[in-house]
Formats: sequence, C-alpha cells, structure tokens
Amino acid sequence: MEKKLKVAALRNGTVIDHIPSDKLFKVVSILHLDTCLNQITLANNLESAKIGSKGLVKISDRALEVDETNKIALIAPHAKINIILDYQVVEKRPLVLPEEIREIVQCTNPNCITNHQAVTTRFHVLNNDEEIMLKCHYCEREVKRDDVKIK
Amino acid sequence: MSNNSLVSIADYSKEEILSILNSAADFEANPNRKTLDGKVIATLFFEPSTRTRLSFETAVIRLGGSIIGFSDAATSSSSKGETLNDTIHMVSCYADAIVMRHPLEGAARHAAEVSPVPIINAGDGANQHPSQTLLDLYSILKTQGTLENLTICLVGDLKYGRTVHSLIMAMSHFHPTFKFIAPDELKMPDEYKVFCRRNNIPFTEVNELTDNFNDADILYMTRVQKERFQDLMEYEQVKNVYTLRNNMLNNSKPTLRILHPLPRVTEINPDVDSNEKAYYFKQAQNGLYVRQAIVSKVLKPLTSNGEQE
Repeated sequence: MEKKLKVAALRNGTVIDHIPSDKLFKVVSILHLDTCLNQITLANNLESAKIGSKGLVKISDRALEVDETNKIALIAPHAKINIILDYQVVEKRPLVLPEEIREIVQCTNPNCITNHQAVTTRFHVLNNDEEIMLKCHYCEREVKRDDVKIK
Repeated sequence: MSNNSLVSIADYSKEEILSILNSAADFEANPNRKTLDGKVIATLFFEPSTRTRLSFETAVIRLGGSIIGFSDAATSSSSKGETLNDTIHMVSCYADAIVMRHPLEGAARHAAEVSPVPIINAGDGANQHPSQTLLDLYSILKTQGTLENLTICLVGDLKYGRTVHSLIMAMSHFHPTFKFIAPDELKMPDEYKVFCRRNNIPFTEVNELTDNFNDADILYMTRVQKERFQDLMEYEQVKNVYTLRNNMLNNSKPTLRILHPLPRVTEINPDVDSNEKAYYFKQAQNGLYVRQAIVSKVLKPLTSNGEQE
C-alpha cells in the first residue's frame, strides 16, 4: 500500500508499469508523450521485486489505443498496461508484438536506403525458433530483437 | 505501386520461376521478335555495371523496344541531390518500365513502392540481383536437364556474395544438397544456414577446394569482391585462397558444369576455359534470354483481379 502512494492515484487514463528503468524515456519517445498535452506523471528508478528497478508512466484522461501500446512491446515486453476509469482498472491489456513495426526502429545497416533518404522504416517481425528477429522490409537485413536501434 | 515489379527472387513463386525459365527457352530459340514495339524501357544505373546494363539493353532492343537512361549517377540528376523517389516519378512519365541498379540496399523495394510503372531490380548494393539468379537457374536447368535433387558446391565469397545467397533461396524449391566451400573469413552467414535447416536442405561446410567437389553437379565459383570489404587488410588475406585449375577437374563427374557470375579475376585459371565443363561464358549469354523473359513478363498487362494474363 505504501509503495502505491509514491505516485498519486489516477482517476482516468492509462498506467504503464514495470518499464525497465533504462527504457522509460524510450517509451516516452515512442509514444510521443513529449508533445502530449494531457497531464503526465513519470517515475523512474522505483524499486521492483520483479525487475529490480522500474519506471512508470501515468497519462491522465487518455486511454491509449492498442496500436499505440503494442509499439512498446518491442523494447518493454513485460510492461503492464492498465486502463483506468474512475479509479478502477477497467482493462489489463497484454502487450502483443505486431507483425510489422513502422517508423520507430532504425535499420542497423549503414548502406540501407532508409538511412540515406526520407523513407519510413518498416520491419517484419520474424518469430522463428526461440529468437525474435526483425527483418528490414527494404534491405532485407535481419537483426536480433536485443540489438534493435530505436530512433 | 505496380504489382509487376521484380525486386527480389523471393517475390516469385516456384511456378513463376519455372514460367520465366520456359519463356527464356522460347527466346533462345527465337531471340528477335517485335513484341516490345513502341515500348520505352529506362535503364537507370546509379552505379556502373556494364555487363548487366548491356545485357538488359540488348534484350529490349532484340524485342523491338527502345532504351533511355544513364549508366553512371554522375550524369544523372541524383548528383544534384534529387531523391530516388523524385527520379523514379520523373522517369516513369517517359518509360513503360524501369531497370535499375543502385548502390544502396533496399533502393529497388523503395522504387517499386513509389513507381507507377514496373521496376526490375538490376542489383541494389549487396542485397538482391534477381535476374542473375534466374539466369543461374536457367543455366543449371539447361546443363543438367532438371533442377531437382542436384548437388551444388558454392565456392569463394559466401559471406558477401549476394548471388550465392539468392541461389540458395531460389533452389530451395527443388530439393538441392549444398556444399559451402569458403575460408573462415568468408563463411556462409548463419541466417542462410538457418534457412537451409528450416527447409530441410542438407549442407556441409569445408575450407578446402581440392577434391571436395567430386560428387557435385554444379560448381558455382564466385569472386572475392574488393568493394564489399570494409577492411582492405582482410581482402588481401583472402583474395587468392581458391583458384580452380584444369587438373583439379580430373575426378569430377563428366556432367559437372562450372558456373561463375563473372567477372572473374584469379579464381578460375584460364586453362579451365577450354574444358567442356566450363560453362561461364555460355551462362552470361543465357542472361540475354532470361532478361528478355523478365522484361516481357513485367510488361504483361494485369487483369482486373491483379493476376497476369
């Protein structure tokens, strides 16, 4: 109970919890929260029994769309998304990695067209064997999920 | 986007590949036709490739079509900073199809997405060069009588060599057995070995060329390309490791044929040229018929449901 009080309760909106501390500001950037006009509470380096140190985002009066929250599945697959209505959790949303990721990932191949001209990046998510790989739609180069560069 | 573009060999199904090879055989029997009469084909070579460009241009001219374009980016407006998107839009106002070679990987996919006319990828950096793959398949089919159940040795630069990567993908339809022969520095990348395992394609890897291709149907030699190396020291260390000589062919199958995408440097000694197993110059000639087949296919009109007639 004491832990929860470190960040004020949210009446309506979206809570993203259990973000690894080193990914918090990537999440902020991917969700374009830097230009969002709603009240936003960020917390970082909170103690977490599960992941050691975690970050948290609360966005007032805005329920993020599924397409938006799935964008963070790539970098924070174990984050918890709660949609809040009148102080109650009305939806606990699982994160699903989309089949295609647009825009947020930068191709690691320096010779890829997307690193030279104004082309929106597109990656196909390949779920072979035990490892998740991203394949550039343009240069066809594959990169491991852990080696992905976020723009 | 025009759905008729050919960007990557993976864009073609097994049936489409076989249909191109059939059509190439028709063109070989009768290469001079006027089926492209009145058509204009642009050849945009943002990096020079004389062999590929001349082959495509000859293919078009023998079919009665006309050619516009450039053979060097320095003479095009891209040297003034024009984006590929703009160049493609501008050229598509004049041409019915665009054959493009570009130094950046993914350039052909991007061009095909923005272009109202079909794009034929004639090489995008180290990525794809599907007309080369199709002419390799045509050469294998012609010399072996089949594409099924062949043993194929890939030799040389298996790390950066895009032709061998595309050949693995294309041959995966036909139950091949591969042997990868390369120095450790130029070994086949893991992603292609994973691809083989996933498709139940048996393969072995060895370092030595001598006596390692006696059971092979096809010996596919490649050049170690200086321009693919970031580190020139590494290039100097590996460039001369494999040279095929005529006396090394004594124990090979009588039906073995040697392929090479050309140009060769030191990897095939000239004394091999007179051996009947040497097929690389004929292979280059096959490129003409295959490119006639490709240009004809991309220019076929689509029916209302998006299928080709």
